Amino acid sequence: MKIGKPEKMIINGKRLDGRSLEEFRPISVEVGILKRAEGSAIFKFGNTYALAAVYGPRPLHPKHMQDPQKAILRCRYSMAPFSTSERVRPGVNRRSVEISKVLNEALSNVIFFEDYPKTGIDVFVEILQADASTRCAGLNAAALALVEAGVPLKDLISSCSVGMVDGEIVLDIGGDEDQFGDVDMATATIGNEDKFVLLQMDGIVTKDQFLKMIELAKKGCAEIYEKQKNALREKYKTGEINVESE
Amino acid sequence: MLKASENYVRKLVEEDMRIDERKFDEFREIKIETSVIKKAEGSAKVLLGNTHVLVGVKLSVSEPFPDTPNEGVLIVNAELVPVASPTFEPGPPDENAIELARIVDRGIRESKCIDLEKLCIEEGKKVWNINIDIHVLDHDGNLIDASALGAMIALLNTKIPKYEDDKVIYGEYDGNLPVRDTPIAITVTKISNKLLIDPNLEEENALDARITITTNEKEEICSVQKGGVGYFTTEEIKKAIDLSIQKSKEIRKLIK
Repeated sequence: MKIGKPEKMIINGKRLDGRSLEEFRPISVEVGILKRAEGSAIFKFGNTYALAAVYGPRPLHPKHMQDPQKAILRCRYSMAPFSTSERVRPGVNRRSVEISKVLNEALSNVIFFEDYPKTGIDVFVEILQADASTRCAGLNAAALALVEAGVPLKDLISSCSVGMVDGEIVLDIGGDEDQFGDVDMATATIGNEDKFVLLQMDGIVTKDQFLKMIELAKKGCAEIYEKQKNALREKYKTGEINVESE
Repeated sequence: MLKASENYVRKLVEEDMRIDERKFDEFREIKIETSVIKKAEGSAKVLLGNTHVLVGVKLSVSEPFPDTPNEGVLIVNAELVPVASPTFEPGPPDENAIELARIVDRGIRESKCIDLEKLCIEEGKKVWNINIDIHVLDHDGNLIDASALGAMIALLNTKIPKYEDDKVIYGEYDGNLPVRDTPIAITVTKISNKLLIDPNLEEENALDARITITTNEKEEICSVQKGGVGYFTTEEIKKAIDLSIQKSKEIRKLIK
């Protein structure tokens, strides 16, 4: 038993922060917030803030890493030292190496690598504040930053977490649910399609419960997809007006 | 040595064949040896076809983590040592070694197969540290399943050393490690939209995606990790779960 676990985490169908079971925390998305980066975006699930920046496609160095056929994607997930209650030691750790790898594999599904031989595309994800589901927020921000950088994509990658708290299946694990919940699963799909590019689950569930979580994840990712598209529409508003006036 | 090309492997799979003539749901021959390292408190050697993994468990005493003052500490590390493959290089663990260690770690940790509370010596001050070290000696594919199996077998034959006057007396024992479940990891690999298990190296090099599902004795899922570039549909995930549950039962019989 972990210290400080509340006796009940769901009371009358409401979670500790007042949400219903299948409700996201307030989501905020903004595209194009950094000046130097070719693409950037910030994605927030409640108090989880993920900033993503994209540099490239640019000539890849060191040269021996170049691929004459296609571009190479490099991802770096990192948490700011002040992003959690206990300070995070700066630099890479085992967790961040693994998350960087799975983010890279997820994003690789939608990039047209053949369009940019010999180049590197760098995606940097900085978690500025962590309150669970950071890799999901980071992935959502990274997909949008790639769009702003002008990297041709087959579609967006949309990500959310699901889990089990007090035996109930819930959407968007946040706050204490991460620490004291039973199950936590990070998921991502290609747009709103039934194609999972990220799946990481911890905790004990039956097959039926797992498949219910998958169904909820699909709904959640589809909702995120709409939020991402809205953020892009907002960013490129003037373009939309021009199209309408034709 | 000539390696079967990626395209050849994919073509065979499309025609429901594998380069070593196995069925899609068939493991290579599994050979297991326990207590192979006398200096370790627990150890196991697993051969999965030509894939060879050695796992050692060492116990020591240290302070517990502040948020779990009455629980032992579990640490999993994996080394892809250069003897195992021309592509492995000396140096600190790379992302593949780290992912391997973390998948094995989560399967053991999340299944709660070790009763960590029984490994508390003095609450908040002294607990047993379980270090599981995975040493990959020959890499011919499916390191995840081989390592997870090796770790589980090593834990099952781990003995706790005597602890007297604040000292660990190695070589003298005081009972077995409290193991109450046997989680088994099965990695389902997707090649050309078909699902198969236990890929050898050639097949692994041709995979689209893989999903590792660890299940316990009650057939519950305790951890899942998707890897590789590529995706899984819900239908494929369902099939992968069924395959994992079925195969883990067969593997469990080998070790219990």
